[in-house]
Amino acid sequence: MKPSGAQSRKAERLIALVAITLLLFCPPLIIVVDRLPSFSVGWLPLYLFIAWAVVIGLTAWLMEHRAGR
Amino acid sequence: MRTDPIILGTAFGYLALLFVVAAWGDRRAEQGRSLIGSPTVYALSIAVYCTAWTFYGSVGRAAEHGPSFLLIYLGPTLAMLLAPSVIRKMVRIAARQRITSIADFISARYGKNTTLGALVALMALISITPYIALQLKAITVSHAVLINYPHTADTTLIDERFWMDKSLWIALVLAVFIILFGTRHLDASERHEGMVAAIALESLVKLVAFMAVGIFVVFVMFEGPAALFAEVAATPALMNSMSLDSVPGGATGWVGMLALAFLAFLTLPRQFQVLVVENVDEQHLTRASWLFPLYMLLINLFVIPIALAGLLLGVSAGDPDSFVLTLPLSAGLEGLPLLVFIGGLSAATGMVIVETIALSTMVSNQLVMPLLLRSKRLHLSTKGELAGWLLGIRRIAIVLILLLGYLYHALIGDSYSLVTIGLVSFAGAAQFAPALLIGLYWRGATRQGATLGLIAGFLVWCYTLLLPGFAQSGWLSTTLLTEGPWGIAWLMPYGLFGLENWDIYSHSLLWSMLANIGLLVGVSLFTRPSPLEQTQAALFTEAMHPNLQTTSLWRGQTTQGALKELLIRYLGVQTTQRVFRHSGSKHTFVPDETAPPELITRSEQALAGALGSASARVLINSVVRGEALDIEAILSILDTTSQTIEYNRRLEQKSQELAQIGEELRSANERLRELDRLKDEFVAMVSHELRTPLTSIRAFAEILRDSGQLPDEKRKHFLGVIVHESQRLSRLIEEILDLARLESGRLTLNPKPLDLAALARHSINAIAHLHEEHGIALEVTIEVDPAMVIGDHDRLEQVIINLLDNAGKFADRQQPKVRLALYRHRRHFRLSVEDNGPGIGIEERERVFEKFHQIQQDGDIPQGRPKGSGLGLPISRGIIAHLGGRLWVEDAKHLGGACLTLELPAAPDDNSGKDSHLVKDNGSA
Repeated sequence: MKPSGAQSRKAERLIALVAITLLLFCPPLIIVVDRLPSFSVGWLPLYLFIAWAVVIGLTAWLMEHRAGR
Repeated sequence: MRTDPIILGTAFGYLALLFVVAAWGDRRAEQGRSLIGSPTVYALSIAVYCTAWTFYGSVGRAAEHGPSFLLIYLGPTLAMLLAPSVIRKMVRIAARQRITSIADFISARYGKNTTLGALVALMALISITPYIALQLKAITVSHAVLINYPHTADTTLIDERFWMDKSLWIALVLAVFIILFGTRHLDASERHEGMVAAIALESLVKLVAFMAVGIFVVFVMFEGPAALFAEVAATPALMNSMSLDSVPGGATGWVGMLALAFLAFLTLPRQFQVLVVENVDEQHLTRASWLFPLYMLLINLFVIPIALAGLLLGVSAGDPDSFVLTLPLSAGLEGLPLLVFIGGLSAATGMVIVETIALSTMVSNQLVMPLLLRSKRLHLSTKGELAGWLLGIRRIAIVLILLLGYLYHALIGDSYSLVTIGLVSFAGAAQFAPALLIGLYWRGATRQGATLGLIAGFLVWCYTLLLPGFAQSGWLSTTLLTEGPWGIAWLMPYGLFGLENWDIYSHSLLWSMLANIGLLVGVSLFTRPSPLEQTQAALFTEAMHPNLQTTSLWRGQTTQGALKELLIRYLGVQTTQRVFRHSGSKHTFVPDETAPPELITRSEQALAGALGSASARVLINSVVRGEALDIEAILSILDTTSQTIEYNRRLEQKSQELAQIGEELRSANERLRELDRLKDEFVAMVSHELRTPLTSIRAFAEILRDSGQLPDEKRKHFLGVIVHESQRLSRLIEEILDLARLESGRLTLNPKPLDLAALARHSINAIAHLHEEHGIALEVTIEVDPAMVIGDHDRLEQVIINLLDNAGKFADRQQPKVRLALYRHRRHFRLSVEDNGPGIGIEERERVFEKFHQIQQDGDIPQGRPKGSGLGLPISRGIIAHLGGRLWVEDAKHLGGACLTLELPAAPDDNSGKDSHLVKDNGSA
């Protein structure tokens, strides 16, 4: 019974991660970042790359930390 | 250095290297030491997603449309997040049903339908050919830029004759490569391991090449990112180049592009090939789900800096699509541009190889084979082996697909920029998504719904993206775009029903998906699926069901001989023998005997791997009388298994509860036995202890009764003994009663604030005459006076006297010494009583608090004076515990013997003064 519990927790976390990713990559937040007081070419590219890296990092943690159990 | 012989030599040398790698990979696979059995190689092979379009086109798109190029990679990042659920399901189904392409997958889901498979194959061919053309174009243009720089490249292309066109030769070389490594086996569901190894290598090469350019541009041409961005900030024209305003369609276009990339990543034939068909192990998806997004992040890291640098340099950098090449060229470099060219070549060839294999499989299995099977003439030629035919068809398909791509490129490729063609293909491939994804989760989706949805979506795509593309290349009048067909404005391809100001891809995606999904769902709700369709729908939607068995779904009957003949005709002798040998462990081959169901299933799977599931179905039906297992049977299997699983789960839960209860009962029982044993021991000891004084009382009483004339002195002595023993007896009974009260919790204490120092002095006085009798020297150190605690006066006194008495009994016999100390320890008062006796061993220190425990003194003959009942310390400890304190044994610090220390919490300060008097008075009274 225990592994299936861990499995479902992992699935829940994955769903949360997908939701976070959608939130990070979609308009309301994108527009907010785009309208920040600008420096050079604006914050948007930097924000996108950082958000992307965070998502990759979280995915890696989620996938590998369970796999190494 | 930029001469044709060197560049072409390098390019073909690189292709030769790929040949070697692919051949090596295949050799290793045959030896069973797979090169591609690692999640990293799997992730790299998925990176075939990054084509020449990424390599050259991303920079172009960044220069024109700001950060929107990133969406092409954020979409797949999102899709890879779903890899552990969605893609894993696809992989499992494909492995179970031996599915070879996305057309096969969709056809198998909707009842192994031939028409649907052919439709998907055709649509894929139409939408992907421009994409292949795009790769050939990228190779040609990059070659031309490399040769002609600093002159512009595009003009020279038209002047050349077609046999001078490098892209034709590249296409032909690739055709040879693909034929060699893509059609080695007849079974298309078997992995192309060599090819995958070569693709993974190409992914590495293009990453290294692109990052090399990026590092060169940022750190050599400019002095680091800070300098580059400072320069951009000083150029007002570039200030807004990376904001949302430069994205076509703004926020709507942003979401549309994200959705488009997400869907296309799952449905592009080459992605289906590497993700699903070439997957060696489901577990690889776990690693790939973050490693592949990481790859995309790295390859895009320098896109914006390169685009900005190209825009800063202006005219000398030329067309934005070529910035990757022209920037190092403008800096006068020779080696780096060549590396970039090879990187671009890797990106282009990788895509062309995988895409062509996927398309050729679809063409041969979904378009040509069904036609051949229908032709009577071929069906009658039973003797000849069709295996060779199949491979031939696939090889011809490869050459034709590449030639088609080349023609597209040569005829209309020039009118589009790289990204445009790519996105048109994306939108075309995305039309497969509803049939694929909805079919994967909704059992009710039917063949009619899927077919109509696909056709409608595809037509809308043609009208809103493909046709306008032709118009832009001059094949159709451009008034179609500006005024609509026949002047009907609301039919304008880029502004259907008046929906203008959207970017063309989001616009097309919206309308095509509306038609596609709408028809798929709508029609499915009003049509009845055939039994086979229902069966397949159940097998697809329940693919992750743990107990799903796909074997022996056949109920029809055929002879083993007929089956063998069929397999030999289509698969050749070797494969047939393998199929029969595998299941032959139980059944020996007898031509006239009925074939067991699992053999029929295995045969169908083997045929499906080679010919596609629809054709395999037709062939098996030609020899098997009867039907495959129907939906009712499948559902009942699923329902029984799910019920069984649920039942098992509950059973397991119950038995776990039972086991837990049993455990509790057992421990309770053990505890009871222990208590019972203790009770017996206690009774035995009590009787023993009571009998000893009773015996002597009786003995002396009898002496007094029987012998009348005893001297007075002796009589007095005997009576003294009797009195003493009676006292001992009553003390013992008193103690036993105390103990019983303590253990049952009925001991009534009367806790009041009192002064421990006064109580200690009082107790010393009480026992002083006894100590004097035995010559015991008592030393008293009271450090705190008064020492207010909450306690029961009489009981505490009983404890202290007991401690002093014990100490006196165990002190040294020659020079007995006892020391009482009262001191403060944090918020407690401690009273310790030491003696100079032999002390108590560490292992004995807890046992002295057990009932009737008497310390065994080594080599010590029982001493004259009685040591006590063995109940004093247990009672003392019980009383102290009731008063919230502790009592324990430790080493004596001053006298070297045993030291018993009792600790009681200090009473709250406020009423100490008044009560101390009260207790003092009480104590002295």
